[in-house]
Amino acid sequence: MWRDAVLVAGKDLRIEGRSRVGLSQVAPFGIVALALFAFALGPDRQIMAKGAPGLFWVAVLFCTVLAVQRSVSVESADGARDGLRLSGIDPAGLFLGKAVAVAAQLVVLEALLAAGVVLLYGARVEVLWLIVVSCALGTVGLAVTGTLYGALSSGLRVRETLLPFLLLPIVAPVLLAGTRIWQAAMAGGTPSDGTQWLRLLVVFDAVYLAVGVVLFGPIQETA
Amino acid sequence: MTSDVTVSTDVVDAHPTAPAVATTGVPQAPVPSGRSRATERVIGILAVVGTVATVWLGLWVTPPDKVQGDLVRLVYIHPGVAWVALYLAFGLATVSSILYLWPRTRSMFWDRLAAASVEVGVVFNVCTLVSGSIWGKPTWGVWWAWDARLTLTAVLLVLYLGYLALRRVPAEPEVRARRSAFLAIFAAVDIPLVHFSVNWWNTLHQGATVLNANLSPQIHGSMGWTLLLGMVALTLVFVWMLLVRYRIGVFQDWLDGNELDLALAERRSEGTAPGDAAPTPQVGVA
Repeated sequence: MWRDAVLVAGKDLRIEGRSRVGLSQVAPFGIVALALFAFALGPDRQIMAKGAPGLFWVAVLFCTVLAVQRSVSVESADGARDGLRLSGIDPAGLFLGKAVAVAAQLVVLEALLAAGVVLLYGARVEVLWLIVVSCALGTVGLAVTGTLYGALSSGLRVRETLLPFLLLPIVAPVLLAGTRIWQAAMAGGTPSDGTQWLRLLVVFDAVYLAVGVVLFGPIQETA
Repeated sequence: MTSDVTVSTDVVDAHPTAPAVATTGVPQAPVPSGRSRATERVIGILAVVGTVATVWLGLWVTPPDKVQGDLVRLVYIHPGVAWVALYLAFGLATVSSILYLWPRTRSMFWDRLAAASVEVGVVFNVCTLVSGSIWGKPTWGVWWAWDARLTLTAVLLVLYLGYLALRRVPAEPEVRARRSAFLAIFAAVDIPLVHFSVNWWNTLHQGATVLNANLSPQIHGSMGWTLLLGMVALTLVFVWMLLVRYRIGVFQDWLDGNELDLALAERRSEGTAPGDAAPTPQVGVA
């Protein structure tokens, strides 16, 4: 399972490295989203700094949808999905591999967006470890649910419109938890607020990881 | 819950899903058995009687509340629709989806039951939000508050609207059934997580929820009974709607499988109609 996961993740990241879709399209989109939030909230930097945690996570959610769409479309061309299934790769490994590849891209995006939030909105980070841990846990949750829903909608012609509608409400706990942890980690918060939300993220990740490892095979047979 | 499941099983036995082809070559529509139609009718009549009785007791017989006045009459409807939508309908949909995916119990019956249950549940969910809003405006002063319970109800609505959207995507019945069942399970897994997160997110209004206040032991005797009757009546309405929706689902699946055969049969009958000597052109039939 693990070897297969590494193989699949390596393949997806190699495709990304050569096509640069994430770097040249998804990352700029994230920056555009940050700029749009700034336009919507006005030039007052205090309001922006206050809203920064939520805006960061909303931008991450939007980018997740794009990254997942890309991760699915890579498999949909030239019967690649059938090829993967024929290759005898363990479905759980395939699931983990796809999720790891999405997560790796999200981590880069999050670093970029976090820098953007700090520079553009004037947000000040007080407790760095909370930010890092929440991003790590949130990324796992988003990548795992995104991969599951991507697989579920992979055969559909209406995938582009349906996936965001299905995925975004499901990851609402990640948005709530991520935002609250960031608020705690920013100037003025107390770190103890963050820990129960971190537990929620851990549970979220564990639940959907387990669901994915068990059900990814049957889901693949569906599409 | 067991009772309506057995009733529905009776319905599925009455409609064989395989297209019954009569000697004429025209596919015959599945005809529900007399017993299942009678069950449906009895439940429907009981639901109407129960609802009328609830409305009569709720609007004329029960006294107005000391604090809330006539507004309290919403208590005969609001908790009932919420119970049906959030527990009965979505619970039944989750159980049916699991039973569909479980190889030993796999049958289109569970898929249709899950679909019918979600669809009716979404209607009740909207009714919950609307009746809650109507109640919230005069008591809380706002149509909508980002209270934990309200937020959870809204998230559930969005999740199950997604389920219905996925079902609308054209696909083979088996594929659609599996896909929808997976989605229903993912959504059900998410509910406790959303529940905890919105509770921590905003619990300000939770203590002052009108619902809790009215369910306290100080409730007037006739009010308590009317509330209970309302719950039973709305449950019957749900079961009736579920049965009807299930039957429509059977017809829909039958039509999807036989639409072309029906059209062909119709076209052929035109060709053999008396007085029509010219052979029917075959172009454009397909």
